[in-house]
Amino acid sequence: MPAFISSLIDEMNMYRDSFDRFDTIYLGGGTPSLLDGRKINIILQALFSSFRFTDDLEITIEVNPSDLTLESARALHGSGVNRINIGIQSFDNNELSFLGRRHSSREGADAIENARTAGFTNVGLDLIYGICGQTLESWFKTLDFALSYTPEHLSCYQLTIEPSTPLGIEYINGSIDMPNEDLLYDFFIKSSEKLEEAGYLHYEVSNFARESKWMSKHNRKYWFHSPYLGLGPSAHSFYGRKRWWNYSSVDTYITSIKDDKMPPIEGSELLTSEQLCLEAFFLGIRTKEGIDLEEYSQKFHCDFFAQHSALLTKLIEEGIIRITDKNLQPTRRGLALADSLSII
Amino acid sequence: MERIRNFSIIAHIDHGKSTLADRMIQLAGLADTRTFKDQILDTMDIERERGITIKSQAITLPYRARDGQSYLLNLIDTPGHVDFSYEVSRSLASCEGVLLLIDAAQGIQAQTLANLYMAMEHDLEVIPVINKIDLPSADIDMVMEQIENELGLDPFTSLTCSAKEGKGIEEILEAIVERIPPPRGDSNNPLSALIFDAYYDPFRGTIVSCRIFDGMIRASQTIRLMSNKATYRVEEVGRFSLSRNKKNHLEAGEVGYIIAGIKTVSDVRVGDTITCDDHPCEKPLPGFKEAKPVVFASIYPIASDDYEELAAALEKYTLNDASFIYQKDSSVALGQGFRCGFLGLLHLDIVQERLEREYDLSIILSVPSVRYRFTMKNGESAFIDNPAHFPEPAQISKSEEPYIRATMMFPERYLGAVMKLCIERRGENSNINYPAPGRVELNFEMPLASVIFDFYDNLKSITQGYGSFDYTMIGYRESDLVLLDILVNGEKVDALSQIVYRGIARPRALQACERLKEEIPRQMFKIAIQGAIGGEIIARTTISPFRKDVTAKCYGGDITRKRKLLEKQKKGKKRMKMVGSVSIPQSAFVAVLKSENT
Repeated sequence: MPAFISSLIDEMNMYRDSFDRFDTIYLGGGTPSLLDGRKINIILQALFSSFRFTDDLEITIEVNPSDLTLESARALHGSGVNRINIGIQSFDNNELSFLGRRHSSREGADAIENARTAGFTNVGLDLIYGICGQTLESWFKTLDFALSYTPEHLSCYQLTIEPSTPLGIEYINGSIDMPNEDLLYDFFIKSSEKLEEAGYLHYEVSNFARESKWMSKHNRKYWFHSPYLGLGPSAHSFYGRKRWWNYSSVDTYITSIKDDKMPPIEGSELLTSEQLCLEAFFLGIRTKEGIDLEEYSQKFHCDFFAQHSALLTKLIEEGIIRITDKNLQPTRRGLALADSLSII
Repeated sequence: MERIRNFSIIAHIDHGKSTLADRMIQLAGLADTRTFKDQILDTMDIERERGITIKSQAITLPYRARDGQSYLLNLIDTPGHVDFSYEVSRSLASCEGVLLLIDAAQGIQAQTLANLYMAMEHDLEVIPVINKIDLPSADIDMVMEQIENELGLDPFTSLTCSAKEGKGIEEILEAIVERIPPPRGDSNNPLSALIFDAYYDPFRGTIVSCRIFDGMIRASQTIRLMSNKATYRVEEVGRFSLSRNKKNHLEAGEVGYIIAGIKTVSDVRVGDTITCDDHPCEKPLPGFKEAKPVVFASIYPIASDDYEELAAALEKYTLNDASFIYQKDSSVALGQGFRCGFLGLLHLDIVQERLEREYDLSIILSVPSVRYRFTMKNGESAFIDNPAHFPEPAQISKSEEPYIRATMMFPERYLGAVMKLCIERRGENSNINYPAPGRVELNFEMPLASVIFDFYDNLKSITQGYGSFDYTMIGYRESDLVLLDILVNGEKVDALSQIVYRGIARPRALQACERLKEEIPRQMFKIAIQGAIGGEIIARTTISPFRKDVTAKCYGGDITRKRKLLEKQKKGKKRMKMVGSVSIPQSAFVAVLKSENT
């Protein structure tokens, strides 16, 4: 057994009795589909024997299209994975090569079909917009093609350029021309309109579900401060007021588990009420349902809403937020401004 | 008394007054070169940095003259700026003579003249001294000619020196002994002493600098300040050496200090007369005036949490500056602050700088204002220096603003440019003199408000540094005054309101709008910035909104980083002021308040 998987299993054992029932498992971050079906199966079996789970357990895996053969899809399905999220990114080969992806548009389509054939009834697709040279028209082509598979879930991410990546360096040097703020805003708003017309629910900044039951049960935990346990290098965990994270280097992660016989924690933080309050707000304002006003003010003893009444009135007037009988919600335009809304 | 000489050095700014004083102190043996700090009399950092004396100081120089006798030469330093001309006049009233210092390269300047006139008013012996003869550009003949033609003094009575190189200093001391008359007065008469300065010592309270005209003063005596009849018991008297030099008594003709348990500097008034409570003199020495502020502005802490600290700093500051006055003020936009009065813009600059430097405070100043006079339809009239108190326009029957007579001197080639500047600043009734070939003395009557901003800076840059400026107040004149408000998304930003002459309201308003546009970051909605007089909008700009800023992904591993980023942004935003729904950074206020032009 590879050292990494055995470390992962050791780490599970370290947390054996410290959590109650789990209702989701998410295999993701990095490229878990590089592991073959057998290894995924070992990991899942180890989880089942280390922790307790609910009956309606959601098990998601993130895959690269080129890794998802019919055979591997069947193996995953057979291991109990019931939700598959495929990193399609685009159905345009030029855009895919710009993004440095190793799969083609054809392979993307094949991967979706393999998932369906293998029996997945909950398929999610990741798409990217805001690519150099991309127009609204070419983006809608990708979007239409994706819709033709009636995926249960869609994530539409605006391309984020990290300054330290090759793309980032090219961007800083000015050798590539990226869509401007107005166009990005159009991408965002028009995608939302188009997908909602097609019956999808725009339930978070970048996430759409064909019906509310297809929303990512797992990801919603991040946005509503539910506890979660992260295993493996770089994984983050959260419980109560505490957040902690593992070493990001795989080697350090493995040695630390072997030598210390302790969880390979690189850092942790104990959130103050003020920090919890800020997080609850900026995470909540990213979701369509927004923030439950009563719960929020009770939990954080916050006269925030009284304090900012002039600004809130203005934002309501401008159609950026709305107040329903219970919640403060971002409108579609408000979702595009969620970062600014977080610090009002 | 025969062997006492009381004198001042008067000069245009930068003509080398402090350096000369330093050399005289060295020659008198009070300080050796090792312990010598340049410009000993200028004790404040700001004074040393700006090279100007802000407060008067005095020092007694023991000097053995060529006639073999020992003399006490009392040097009374004077502030070198128009803002402090009253203090200068009180220092001069304590002297029998002055050294009129003239830069050998620059020649006579506006303040040289103004100072000379003041010295003449006090019937002082004037010894012209040409300084900086070591400069390559020094032109002693030219200056001699100016002394004769422009000052009307005998050029052959003048001395030359290089204070920097220490040349000619002894000749100056000799001339002081020979030419300046000894003080007159009688130690047997009732006490009368003139206060020409006061400063605060944290251990001893107020130290009063004074010149004894008649009588004698000693410890344990009870003295009376004639303007407010307050009495104090004298604790200590003495002379000024490099530090205080305690004496049994001070007698007629002498200059020295008095410590008498006086709590703050504002308890004494420069120009007031000290007498003995038992045997008072008949009448006070002439010339006493209350120093009146002419420029007003509000001071606010940048962080509203610093209000208490600012209040404490101001209280401490006024211990040592009786001409600075303040009272509570508040602004919707900037919170709690203080309305302050200053002798002039330099004084304002100095106060601001000292508060920031010595008390480590970050402060913001509102637009400086002069004191306007409004007469209402019901016949009442009021002086108003705060835009917040601008009267209801419909009730005003007459509005007036203070005017000054400006005196400027500069080489003739700049005449056109300077005339243009003065006319732009609403100058009128000009008068041109040619005191010497190639030199112009230009007089203009101008509103004080139009010179308090940056007139002097402009004049200096137009004349490439050769222009000098001095002014006197000449009273109030009728003027069409309006209240200019700045609105952000319809909300008035009270700290940016100004009382202005109607003719310049529009350019002022436009400038303020443009500055705000540059400084206010884009927000989630459009921001309209307007300048208005009453209900009438006279200038407008808009800031377009940004529409998208959201991070695409925010999952388990992203939250901490994202929160830290937001915490930082939130902190930055806390330093902004909310006006209605708009956040305005401090820099925007500073940019508008620092307005130049018009």
